Amino acid sequence: MTISSFPPGLILVFGAFLLPVVGAWVRPLLVLGLPVLTMWLIWTIPEGNSAPIALMDYNLVIVQVDTLSRLFAIIFTLMAFAGGLFALNQKRVLELSAAFVYAGSAVGVAFAGDLITLFIFWEIMALGSTLVLLSAGTPQATRSAGRYFLVHMFGGALMLTGIFFFIYDTGGIAFTAMKPDTVATALILAGVLVNAAAPPVSSWLADAYPEASFSGTVFLSAFTTKAAVYVLIRGFPGTEILVYVGVFMIFYGIIMALLENDMRRILAYSIVNQVGFMVTGVGIGTEMALNGAAAHAFAHIIYKALLLMSAGSVLYMTGKRKCTDLGGLFQSMPLTAFCGIIGALAISSFPWTSGFVSKSMISQAAADEHLAILWYILMAASAGVFLHAGIKFPWFVFFQKDSGLRPKDPPWNMRLAMILFSAFCIGLGLWPQYLYALLPYTVDYEPYTDSHLLNALQLLLCAGLAFFLMLPLMKRTLTISLDTDWFYRRLAPKVLGGLGALIGRADTELRRGAMSRLNIMLEYLLLHHGEQGSLARTRSTSGMVLVATVLLGGYLLFSYL
Amino acid sequence: MTNQTDKPKLTPTASDPAKPASKPHWLVRKGTIVVLWVVGLSVIAGLTYGDVFLTPHPHFGLDGTFGFYSWYGLLTCVAMVLVAKFLGLFLGRKDTYYDD
Repeated sequence: MTISSFPPGLILVFGAFLLPVVGAWVRPLLVLGLPVLTMWLIWTIPEGNSAPIALMDYNLVIVQVDTLSRLFAIIFTLMAFAGGLFALNQKRVLELSAAFVYAGSAVGVAFAGDLITLFIFWEIMALGSTLVLLSAGTPQATRSAGRYFLVHMFGGALMLTGIFFFIYDTGGIAFTAMKPDTVATALILAGVLVNAAAPPVSSWLADAYPEASFSGTVFLSAFTTKAAVYVLIRGFPGTEILVYVGVFMIFYGIIMALLENDMRRILAYSIVNQVGFMVTGVGIGTEMALNGAAAHAFAHIIYKALLLMSAGSVLYMTGKRKCTDLGGLFQSMPLTAFCGIIGALAISSFPWTSGFVSKSMISQAAADEHLAILWYILMAASAGVFLHAGIKFPWFVFFQKDSGLRPKDPPWNMRLAMILFSAFCIGLGLWPQYLYALLPYTVDYEPYTDSHLLNALQLLLCAGLAFFLMLPLMKRTLTISLDTDWFYRRLAPKVLGGLGALIGRADTELRRGAMSRLNIMLEYLLLHHGEQGSLARTRSTSGMVLVATVLLGGYLLFSYL
Repeated sequence: MTNQTDKPKLTPTASDPAKPASKPHWLVRKGTIVVLWVVGLSVIAGLTYGDVFLTPHPHFGLDGTFGFYSWYGLLTCVAMVLVAKFLGLFLGRKDTYYDD
């Protein structure tokens, strides 16, 4: 049916511009009210397409509602609400405004019915997220925001070029399932994968997100990568290469997080890991796998935001972010520790949490398709998640050693946001039918069978055992790990710097050579044409007459010969 | 944008030299940790033994072996930590590496 052309996400986008101009007491009402209004619109809007709006030769379908788009719009809006609640005491209004533009455009992406609308909202997301990062105001954040923006402009350029080719090839702009077998669709896929933090550019995520403010990272964790997952589910289901890309991301995230010392970088790497599960699910491409990827994106936004709220609370209260500086905080921050542990259990797919009912659908899909190696890999990866995020984060931040820090739990709004999302993590785990009802395909899957429960507990507890057995090897050090961002942060400047120096030297030598040649020429000219030069000397009239007479005499003589 | 920082406010430390060191929290006392290890290992043993009561319906073969999820989880995690440590030898840099 034909529905309204007003994208619900624009409530957040336009509302964002009100936030800086309203009074301090109205702002919280807007921050909480705008997402509620958006959510109401998303719930009530019927399925269908909006009337086409002509733009040059193309008809834009700005709003296209189906189960999949509604699912992502709901979770993006829920995230805007909880993130806004968590950030109520963020003094930089710019961050809140940028975050709402960012969230609203993510909702716009979810409802985009054509490639041009998709691209427009996609780029607004890039702008919004860069501003969220930039508003942290530190020199590191500023530099990081620059790199983040460049990577995303690169991804956007790939996508736009792909869309141009697509229009040239097909004459249409419809956003439907594609196969990356033409230059056009391959470029679009590459552009989407940049946002999904797929290799070889995965490093932008861990480079950027941990530099945002205590609340900024919470917003950043939710939208960009999951909007990319949404586009993959709708645009590239069953694309085999995504399985390999996803598996790489899963292990990249685990390994890098295991080596990391900064608590928010651990969680940033684990985003790549979790998105890897979703990308793998899209690559498998069956209804079960796509349901799993969508459900996992939904669950992931909640528990990852919860984990980053917990880490953000620690940062807010202590100003510290390195595991080597933290430890023992469970004593004075019991609620933050408790909520962090709930998030950690959910990300680890512990039974009775949201991760358990979503991620297991992806491994079940691999089993159903008889993808043996992939299934073994996913099992190992599930254990690895508990290892690198599920235990590592809470252990090093809240237990480990007594750092001597005794910060209190954060202010009420931050506590409330954490409690809300903890409740979602547990609620979705206990009553998965409500999540399953929102999924794009009918769910024929029961996560709570005896064997599945027992096997999951065996796997996770033994992963935990491995963590504590290997604890001496896990000792945190003041190190970072080189990642692919090294190429543009170190190698490229070095190469370009070297090239610049080379060009500079060549230029100096060339100039010096040219100048010395010029000098020789000038000296020569001076010799002959200077004041004392043979050609410029003043001669006496009688002498000149004599020369003329001799010349004429000579001429006369020769004419008679 | 304002100039306010994200405030590393507060941070009263426990290690106040004027006060005598108080007893550590019950959860981090040596006795508790021993109990936690014993309980944890017993639970793992119990869960692994639980395989006896289930009718195995393996997907592929290896996953039908006794206690598959236990030993597989343990071994793969140990392997991942070792691989990470190994890669860390090459990738690790001081955390001030990019600061200059």
